[in-house]
Amino acid sequence: MAHYEAPIREPLIVGDKSYHDISNDIAAPIEGKANKWWWGVFLLALTAFLWGIGAIAYTIGTGIGVWGLNNKINWAWDITNFVWWVGIGHAGTLISAVLLLFRQKWRMGINRSAEAMTIFAVFQAGLFPVIHMGRVWNGYWTMPIPNQFGSLWTNFNSPLLWDVFAISTYLTVSVVFWYTGLLPDFAMIRDRATKPFQKKIYSLLSFGWTGRAKDWQRFEEVSLVLAGLATPLVLSVHTIVSFDFATSVIPGWHSTVYPPYFVAGAVFSGFAMVQTLLIVMRKVSNLEAYITRVHIENMNKVILVTGGIVMVAYLSEFFVGWYSGSSYEDFTYLSIGAATGPYWWAFWALILCNGVFPQLLWIKKLRTNYTVSFIMAIIINIGMWFERFDIIVINLSRGHLPSTWTMFEPTFVDIGIFMGTIGFFFVLFLLYARTFPVVAQAEVKSILKSSGDNFKRERDNK
Amino acid sequence: MASNKKYWKSVEELNQNSSIVEKLQKSEFIEDLPTDKFLGDKESLSNSDTSRRDFLKYVGFSTAVASLAACEGPVINSIPYVVKPDDVIPGIPDFYASAIADGFDFANVLVKVREGRPIKIEPNKEAANGFTNARVQASVLSLYDNNRLRGPIVKGEESDWTTLDKEVAGQLAEIKAKGGRIVFLTGTTASPSINALISSFNETYGNVDHVVYDAVSEDAALNAFEKMYGHRALPDYHFDKAEVIVSVAADFLGDWQGGNFSAGYAAGRKPKNGKMSRLIQFESNMSLTGANADKRVIAKPSEQMKVMQMLYASIVEGKSVGNATPVEDAVQKALAQIKKAGNNAVVVTGIQDENAQLLALAINHALQSQAIDVVSTKNVRMGDAAKVDQLVKDMNSGAVSALFLYNTNPAYTLPNGTAFAEGLKKVGLSVNFASIMDQTAELCQYVATAPHYLESWGDVEIKKGHYSLMQPTIHPLFNTRQFQDTLLKWTGSDQSYYDYLKGMWQTNILGGKSWNKALHDGSFKVGTGELELTLNEVNLAAASAALSNASDSEMELTVYVKTGLGDGQQANNPWLQELPDPITRTSWDNYLLISRIDAERLGVKNWTVDNGALNGDLVNVTANGVTLNNIPAYIQPGQAPGSVSIALGYGRTDLKNDMKVGVNAYPLAGAAYHEVSIQKAEGVHEFACVQLQHTIMGREEEILKETTLEDFVNKPKEEWNHAPVFSLDHQEVTQDKVDLWEPFDDTIGTKFNLSIDLATCTACAACIVACHAENNVPVVGKHEIRVSRDMHWLRVDRYYSSDMTVERGKEEGIFGSGDFFNAQTHPSDAPEVSFQPVMCQHCNHAPCETVCPVAATSHGRQGQNQMAYNRCIGTRYCANNCPYRVRRFNWFKYANNNEFDFNMNNELGRMVLNPDVVVRSRGVMEKCSFCIQKTQLTILNAKKEGRAVADGEFETACSSACPNGSLVFGDVNDKESEVAHLSEDDRTFKLLDFVGTKPNVFYQLKVKNTNEA
Repeated sequence: MAHYEAPIREPLIVGDKSYHDISNDIAAPIEGKANKWWWGVFLLALTAFLWGIGAIAYTIGTGIGVWGLNNKINWAWDITNFVWWVGIGHAGTLISAVLLLFRQKWRMGINRSAEAMTIFAVFQAGLFPVIHMGRVWNGYWTMPIPNQFGSLWTNFNSPLLWDVFAISTYLTVSVVFWYTGLLPDFAMIRDRATKPFQKKIYSLLSFGWTGRAKDWQRFEEVSLVLAGLATPLVLSVHTIVSFDFATSVIPGWHSTVYPPYFVAGAVFSGFAMVQTLLIVMRKVSNLEAYITRVHIENMNKVILVTGGIVMVAYLSEFFVGWYSGSSYEDFTYLSIGAATGPYWWAFWALILCNGVFPQLLWIKKLRTNYTVSFIMAIIINIGMWFERFDIIVINLSRGHLPSTWTMFEPTFVDIGIFMGTIGFFFVLFLLYARTFPVVAQAEVKSILKSSGDNFKRERDNK
Repeated sequence: MASNKKYWKSVEELNQNSSIVEKLQKSEFIEDLPTDKFLGDKESLSNSDTSRRDFLKYVGFSTAVASLAACEGPVINSIPYVVKPDDVIPGIPDFYASAIADGFDFANVLVKVREGRPIKIEPNKEAANGFTNARVQASVLSLYDNNRLRGPIVKGEESDWTTLDKEVAGQLAEIKAKGGRIVFLTGTTASPSINALISSFNETYGNVDHVVYDAVSEDAALNAFEKMYGHRALPDYHFDKAEVIVSVAADFLGDWQGGNFSAGYAAGRKPKNGKMSRLIQFESNMSLTGANADKRVIAKPSEQMKVMQMLYASIVEGKSVGNATPVEDAVQKALAQIKKAGNNAVVVTGIQDENAQLLALAINHALQSQAIDVVSTKNVRMGDAAKVDQLVKDMNSGAVSALFLYNTNPAYTLPNGTAFAEGLKKVGLSVNFASIMDQTAELCQYVATAPHYLESWGDVEIKKGHYSLMQPTIHPLFNTRQFQDTLLKWTGSDQSYYDYLKGMWQTNILGGKSWNKALHDGSFKVGTGELELTLNEVNLAAASAALSNASDSEMELTVYVKTGLGDGQQANNPWLQELPDPITRTSWDNYLLISRIDAERLGVKNWTVDNGALNGDLVNVTANGVTLNNIPAYIQPGQAPGSVSIALGYGRTDLKNDMKVGVNAYPLAGAAYHEVSIQKAEGVHEFACVQLQHTIMGREEEILKETTLEDFVNKPKEEWNHAPVFSLDHQEVTQDKVDLWEPFDDTIGTKFNLSIDLATCTACAACIVACHAENNVPVVGKHEIRVSRDMHWLRVDRYYSSDMTVERGKEEGIFGSGDFFNAQTHPSDAPEVSFQPVMCQHCNHAPCETVCPVAATSHGRQGQNQMAYNRCIGTRYCANNCPYRVRRFNWFKYANNNEFDFNMNNELGRMVLNPDVVVRSRGVMEKCSFCIQKTQLTILNAKKEGRAVADGEFETACSSACPNGSLVFGDVNDKESEVAHLSEDDRTFKLLDFVGTKPNVFYQLKVKNTNEA
């Protein structure tokens, strides 16, 4: 680890922090009591979650017909939400794995929460392919498990089956990676804990971490290996999700640009979601010293780059469709037909939210402003939801045969389930914020001397 | 788990000699257990045969049994034959020849019976009238109509036949004594035996009249024919013999004069030796015939009369006609073609006006047209409007003592239904031989409940000399008695109707031929010999003058019948209600058809809502002295400005819940047209349409190819039917060169292909209902149809042409813009119409097959794309990836569900289900299977008989129902088969060929005869 950081670089830890201060700050939310705000938001999220469970139970009990789908548009909010949540789940691994390999120290302040967000988002994502099945109770047939149906096998040609593998692998690796990083921090909480129950729990969670040099050495090695494993997954998951569409024959879906474009879009939306959560969290959990303007700005820069890639993809999709001169391409989700058709609002929501507004982040003043960053993050979240909605619904609503053109309108069940997953996500995240060390304090401590505000000042003043 | 640990129980154990410890080691319990108390009585213990172990077994067993018994097992009533009937082999269907003659539809049919249940109607192709339309196909479900009366009704109470017979006989005796007038009011029966029975009734009671009444009347045509040829009948037409057909509002591909003309028409539509027929249609509302016409001229009803007059004046009187208006110009061109074709031309008209019908007969007579047959006439409409009017008057004046109604529902279908209802109260004795409590039956004192035709004997002479027999195919489900049996009983005969019928046929009709054979064949033809027709002198000039003076109104209203409901007698049949109209593609409704221009003038709109469905404004319509309020208005492309139309057969008040749809338009019937005033009303109507985009968006080349006869004859195939080409290494190549997949060998065994000829398909929709019946397709109701969840495995797409073409777009400089696309979606005001039946295309490279994660849909060795319902988990990916959108998902449980209260929700209605086809559960995908249950049966039968399957043996429900032979199904590996030849035909193309799905369904493009000269 480099112990020298150029003075021109802004410190990643501000304020006069010592190692003990860091421990205190990170342990504070766990050791203290939740305030009214936490309870308020938690109850709200819990209510949404329970409502979602009710909507899911109603769907499974009655039939998929309680959604707004029809025989021409067989997917809509279900798969939109699936892809949206999977996309959001991309930032965590990118931050913790790819940035680790690239030795980006600023990841240390945010990687824990980003990964938590990833895992919780993938939970939500995984829910949709399950509940969107007409016969959920037979869903296990998608697993290539030995069976007594005359040894019926799954269809390995189906991108939907690839999804099953891709998502489950991603979830597994993410959880292992996240948990490995948590070990020293759990141990820190364990060592500070005064209540016996708490001590017992954190002892179990920390897997007997002792902090010996050998522990640290193995910890570093495992982290590196896992980072190496996780990095290709960042690319593979959304590539495979995009195959659901790209390998089909439907105009607007059948497109070779989808894999890179989907990955970029996923990182784009994932970072936006990290922004959304952390800008609030740094205030609520008093983490201003660790999640600083630098972190926010860096993330905004990633958003700008990936947003740029996404915009290029939009333009190329639009251009190639138009240039083909094919009538079938005139009504895909990126076409003049879509921009002026009945789904014009969804088209323009996509263009404005993902293409136009994020360009404001070129201005340094705006991208270092917390409020602007927060609003921008929300806009991008909305925009990316619309991207998936447009891809699925607009394209399916304008199929090959004009006789089959129709539209989709969500029912209260569609909306309820989506709200339910947002509720579920926040329930998990809020519980996490109260029980987990939300910043990788062990890692942050490793850069205190090199990038801590006070230490840097001291060194520079020498 | 054994433990080696030793536990100290007390300090005493340290003392090794302690007696207590020793004692404790020996006994488990410190104190003696009071075993003597309950085991002391050795005798009773040894006498008991229940040991402790047995006791525990009993407890365990009874607990298990009690908890198992608490779970209710499903009760399935399956009763095997104790004595198997000789002619029933479970699993093997029997077919019985019969005939339907319900007053509106007349056809020779074969009834498929499984284990005593009729489940399917097939056309009896060996008989002259062996064509089934949608209603005939659906009539089997009306047998299992839950609304049917279970027994006779006496004064509103359920009763029995003895009571009814006694009371009616008493009243009849009184009437006979008084010499009161007895009237039989029936629909057209065309039945020799019923006529004979009514005559003998007259002999018994005296003063008996028989008034025939058709709800959908052809009175004008009958009157004209009677005037001209001296007897009441309808001429038959052979459109296959016509080169030029000029039709003035005659929907002869629909139900004009009883229908069944489409097969003849279709025969002339396949270009042979460079020739085919040409159809010119003058009409106001878009009919099936107009939609199929080579040239459709929009003419208001009053203009149509003038068209008839001009045709007459030119052809018969040799006068010249003007060409001032577009209609006159069209008439002039039509005249030139008629004259050129000479006796190969025919003129028909559907104007409900005696003069117009007279002129049509006169024109065809003058042309010596080969296509009209005035000798072997048809008996399918016999109603006499004048007599019915007189009857209603007589009833009101109290001049009718007894009224017997059979096969008619005048309280609902008469324009003056209320007058009829009033009159009925003054009739001393009213007996209705209905089978459901319809609006008229409700008003009658007695309902002598009649069985369905599939439970009945009967006969019918559909066409002169063409006799048909009806036979029961199931034991009557309810306590019903045939009308004919009842008549026999009331005339004092103790003969059964069966004996009477057989006797009558043997005496009068069969002429010594076998009754059994006639019954087996279902039809019997009697040579009529050469008949000399006498042509009466008719004042045609007066008729012509009357037509030319037809008054022109600002808005004119006509009524029409829809393919689905016809005259409305089967309105409680959910298959027919759900059947989308071939033109508007709207189900579960009737509506006022109005042109775009008039709609804009009145401020009436149709619009699409967020779920894609269509909404429309309501209007109030005043015509014929009645006002109908809140009728939904549907803007119909091709509707003549200044005219509106509304379908009959809807709005019956005797139906329940979901079946109660539409408005009753019969009060507006009864004339050629009515002057009408229309006001916009408050409120919005929700339509249930299966097609929401009406134009083809410039995709004709890949979807629906058409060409003209001229190009077809003169130009090479590549110009009017070229295969898609792809670029490979900068070379243009055909599709097979750029295939992603390895081809597989499918030349061995059977390979099914289906050919659909768009030139002969008239969109009659018989195939849709046939498929519905054969494959247990669920009915989903109006709301589900509205939200694009129709379950039909087979649909007939309908496209209107648009005024905005690529060329025009480029000319106006808007090509490729939003305005251009918007304009493209709007149908023309005078559109050309194209139809295309679409079902699963059974792709050899099926996009659905690759994407199913559990391989629930896969390719069959015989070319079918197969769907394993019980493997399906319902991801619906297959449906999304289907370019043809033919897959149908079970969004809900459609059987046994009160939310979907149609035939599959009651035990009676479920009797129609085909036992060879599974009823799909909720959450699975379904679609066309190429009727695999039928093809496998054919193969098995051939195998049992040790022979190859002959060409034409393989059939699907749709191909066998098609009256026009447009659908040809068969084994394409049999090089001699018809379908193999068709696959090589020049007109053959595949739907969306460029996608590379290699379908096993292919189409023959439509050729239009646009030759104006």
